[in-house]
Amino acid sequence: MESTAARKPRRSGAKRTSAGNAKKKAAGQTDLVQLLTPEGERVEHPEYSIDLTPDELRGLYRDMVLTRRFDAEATTLQRQGELGLWASLLGQEAAQIGSGRALNDSDYVFPTYREHGVAWCRGVDPTNLLGMFRGVNHGGWDPNSNNFHLYTIVIGSQTLHATGYAMGIAKDGADSAVIAYFGDGASSQGDVAESFTFSAVYNAPVVFFCQNNQWAISEPTERQTRVPLYQRAQGFGFPGVRVDGNDVLACLAVTRAALERARTGQGPMLIEAFTYRMGAHTTSDDPTRYRSAEERELWETKDPILRLHTYLTKQGLADEEFFAGLERESDALAKRVRDAVRAMPDPDDLAMFEHTYADGHALVDEERAQFAAYQASFVTAEEGI
Amino acid sequence: MAAEKMSLSKAINASLRTALENDPKVLIMGEDVGKLGGVFRVTDGLQKDFGEDRVIDTPLAESGIVGTAIGLALRGYRPVVEIQFDGFVFPAYDQIVTQLAKMHARSLGKVKMPVVIRIPYGGGIGAVEHHSESPEALFAHVAGLKVISPSNASDAYWMLQQAIGSDDPVIYFEPKRRYHDKSEVDTSAIPAPLHAARVARPGTDLTLAAYGPMVKVCLDAAAAAAEEGKSVEVVDLRSMSPIDFDTLQGSVERTGRLVVVHEAPVFLGTGAEIAARITERCFYHLEAPVLRVGGFHAPYPPSRLEDEYLPGLDRVLDAVDRALAY
Repeated sequence: MESTAARKPRRSGAKRTSAGNAKKKAAGQTDLVQLLTPEGERVEHPEYSIDLTPDELRGLYRDMVLTRRFDAEATTLQRQGELGLWASLLGQEAAQIGSGRALNDSDYVFPTYREHGVAWCRGVDPTNLLGMFRGVNHGGWDPNSNNFHLYTIVIGSQTLHATGYAMGIAKDGADSAVIAYFGDGASSQGDVAESFTFSAVYNAPVVFFCQNNQWAISEPTERQTRVPLYQRAQGFGFPGVRVDGNDVLACLAVTRAALERARTGQGPMLIEAFTYRMGAHTTSDDPTRYRSAEERELWETKDPILRLHTYLTKQGLADEEFFAGLERESDALAKRVRDAVRAMPDPDDLAMFEHTYADGHALVDEERAQFAAYQASFVTAEEGI
Repeated sequence: MAAEKMSLSKAINASLRTALENDPKVLIMGEDVGKLGGVFRVTDGLQKDFGEDRVIDTPLAESGIVGTAIGLALRGYRPVVEIQFDGFVFPAYDQIVTQLAKMHARSLGKVKMPVVIRIPYGGGIGAVEHHSESPEALFAHVAGLKVISPSNASDAYWMLQQAIGSDDPVIYFEPKRRYHDKSEVDTSAIPAPLHAARVARPGTDLTLAAYGPMVKVCLDAAAAAAEEGKSVEVVDLRSMSPIDFDTLQGSVERTGRLVVVHEAPVFLGTGAEIAARITERCFYHLEAPVLRVGGFHAPYPPSRLEDEYLPGLDRVLDAVDRALAY
């Protein structure tokens, strides 16, 4: 997925304010970076450009399709009782694949609980993500295997971890960057504001990637902010930009520029990916109680996969064989995930005591032993019969 | 270095200095810990000698301090965080409880959290509101945290060394009213295990259990009781999570009576847990119910009243008498 052409605007963030104003005048509307319209037309942007090979374009399409299929399979598995809960990313594939594919191997990701597409880009086995939603663990993967931190459920907490990690990168003199994912709801959290402050004053190499999917469960973005979220960055002293979150090319271009900016010692940047949560907040949610079908229908016309499909087809970059092959690959992925989830064993009864501490703890040892003896007493009783 | 007499705060400073010297991954973080050396001067001179990159003045945001310390720990650092006063820790409580304490379990042991949070705590210094609290039970209640408090300079030095060396998050409560108390510190000694309690004064009639600032009060009470012919043993618990119940049990089995003393409110405090467990372990040895002396179920009072609120010599001796009267 490397493209040298896309690295050109590496210092773009620093010029953001003036360029943004100029563009505003020209376009006469919001500062939305877009490189691929909902109709599948390639457009240029004065600051952010991208030049991808057909292979790379097809790769992005494949990532989005497979992610959506995995996500749909997980929703189905929840409906069938195999998962306790699922937080669908439906509609946010471009934001996640675009930003995820902008990362280098040495960069580090701090996700929320919905970054299944970013996990895919990092090479995290999709079945790993399902353990916590099935209830067999609280995550449990090794963050350092893929530089992809555990899912964080408490809203916004991970932005501080990302900032601290980035401070560590700076101390190490390394040239990697961190990306912190969060949502429009999280933007109200104090931790997010504090992470902006810390990253700014320490010039930490962290990119804040806010997926504004318009809804924090039932609360619209207007309940979180009176200004466009990307403008918050200005008050903290670093650039912010709003990107069409359903445009995978724009998300890739902007995130690449922001990461490169961070890697080259120019500090943090905020990206607001303007997108839409097409599904419910989680499988426990009922969005019909708080938003209209018309709103969803409007966003359907901006679908991230559809527009790239149109572009690939129109440009003759992908044929029916490609799409059919991808369909087969999707089916295979879904089957693999389904089989893996159904085969996922429940943890041992005593597993809850494990890993409470790294260096052990007398009380945990005592309670584990007592509970084990209690459990064993039933076995003995049964054997006695 | 041989044994040297130093104040408790100087011992902490020396311990931090040793840690910074021994391990380049150790960082000091907090409000005013750099140029000022902390509001209690506990970190005095450390930034000058180790630089701003390792002794870090942070923005005034406690959640941010602990949250970024977690991130630094994920990157391989060993942050030692200072919370300026006990009552200021609560903005960080979420990060401590939901993130720091649970990260190791959440990752099934793949992520270590070697973070120490130093908190000057307790009253007796005539301070304004939020500067005299004892919130240790709120942390000891949380699985994943270890909670300790030294009562003297030697423990202050060594327990901090051990806490920084631990791969678990440790809340290190510093008895701020004992900062200037001096005692011998042998930096070449072999320290006791971090969570082991210590019999600070042997006795045969009753056990006083305490930690941090109350150990001195209990030792004074034991001395006063001795003048009245009562032999009181004092156990310095040193650790509130885990609690060394074996040592305490041994003491109570010898004396048959236990009074637990802490500054924190009695209700659902450390003493409540100790009373329950010691009753369970020593039921047939006890000559009296386990009694507790501590703060009241009221906000920490204005400082003109703190001598009444805090357990002092007389209130401890009153409890000793009541226990002996059974």
